[in-house]
Amino acid sequence: MSPMNRFERQVILPGFGWESQKKLQNSSVLVIGAGGLGCPALLYLAASGIGKIGIVDGDIISLSNLNRQVMFGESDLGKSKAERAGELLRQKYEDLEVEIFNEFITTSNALEILSKYELILDGTDNFETRYLVNDAAVLLGKPLIFGAIYAIEGQILVFDSSKKGGTNYRDLYPNPPSALEIPNCDQTGVLGVLPGMIGIMMATEAIKFLTGYAPTLENKILFFNGLTYQTYTVDFAPNSESRQEIPDSFDAFQAKDYSLSCLVETSVNWDFAINQSKKGGVLVDIREDSETPKLEREDVILLPLSQLAINSNFLLEWDMIFLFCQSGIRSLKAVDELQKIYPGKTIYSIKGGLTAFNSTQYDGKTY
Amino acid sequence: MEHKFEVKAFGMIAEKIGTDSIQVTGIKTIDELKIYLNEQFPNLKDMKFSIAVDKQIIQDALEISAGSEVALLPPFSGG
Repeated sequence: MSPMNRFERQVILPGFGWESQKKLQNSSVLVIGAGGLGCPALLYLAASGIGKIGIVDGDIISLSNLNRQVMFGESDLGKSKAERAGELLRQKYEDLEVEIFNEFITTSNALEILSKYELILDGTDNFETRYLVNDAAVLLGKPLIFGAIYAIEGQILVFDSSKKGGTNYRDLYPNPPSALEIPNCDQTGVLGVLPGMIGIMMATEAIKFLTGYAPTLENKILFFNGLTYQTYTVDFAPNSESRQEIPDSFDAFQAKDYSLSCLVETSVNWDFAINQSKKGGVLVDIREDSETPKLEREDVILLPLSQLAINSNFLLEWDMIFLFCQSGIRSLKAVDELQKIYPGKTIYSIKGGLTAFNSTQYDGKTY
Repeated sequence: MEHKFEVKAFGMIAEKIGTDSIQVTGIKTIDELKIYLNEQFPNLKDMKFSIAVDKQIIQDALEISAGSEVALLPPFSGG
């Protein structure tokens, strides 16, 4: 029996045939992010008969992942996503070559990892990584399939910047939004089925791209509503601004700080801070004890700047921290200090401090 | 005849506007539209999005003909 028989049902599709199947068999695909998008994409790519699959993810499996990351179950909590996903695929298909990268993609490892693969899928969950992966793909001339979600909507793009007239992500969005504009996934919530659908669409684009079986979404952006199933497709072309934002050499890429361009704003206004504090952030008054009156709010804790370093463990339970002082100057410095202690937390200074709070509409208004 | 067209919104732009489609009257260019949106929806001020006219991303100032379909397309990053 031919090992290809597993694929009989797709091979008999008119226009697909053994020729397309051989192309899949000889191809290699790298999936960055084995999460909500990566899991379904990996399952279907592996099932389709792709010869070699790489999986990049430095994260571990946690309970809140399980509503959408369908390669994992309750017995996997605490295990590496990349390793668990890789083991599962190896167990399913003996002839599939699987390479596991139990690490996050960075400017130091991206070029080496991406260069080994023919096609890249980006199913990560933040703008820093998405711009980093886009730029690496452009520099290496690798085609890239991009899928992303927000609440109940998804978007899919296919880039092949090595082609004449080919595009990349920066043609559409030259620069990342500031971190403030985009709430992260933990805060927006997601129905597990949405990344499932988008991830499968990414795998579909990959199969079309590798076999030539049907035209892909190259130079288009597709928006998909996961509840109404409506799609909206828009064409775009290379953008003269775009190229200037991409590092012009491997060395420049490796030296570029992608996190900085996203997190350059460390000051926010009271509106944003108060809003976020309702969603689990905390407001911290860093003025000294003698500075009164204090702001009488339940979501404010007092932690004077002079004790910030010593007592920073008071802030351990919050991921998003808003520091304020009288005018917004000390709190700006305190952000740097606290960020060194907690590099993983999102820390902001509130613009204008208490002076801004008292002089604006916040006075007497109930939030 | 009134110069009228539809503006569709996606993702967080639709959230900020409060609807996924608005009708706009009396506006002739993308620049005018941007000013109008900033006035009507101040919370869009710092948002990044691309603009498409009749399903084509536009990069430069452009006139919008009556009956066109404009779309405000934000980037998504979730996964």
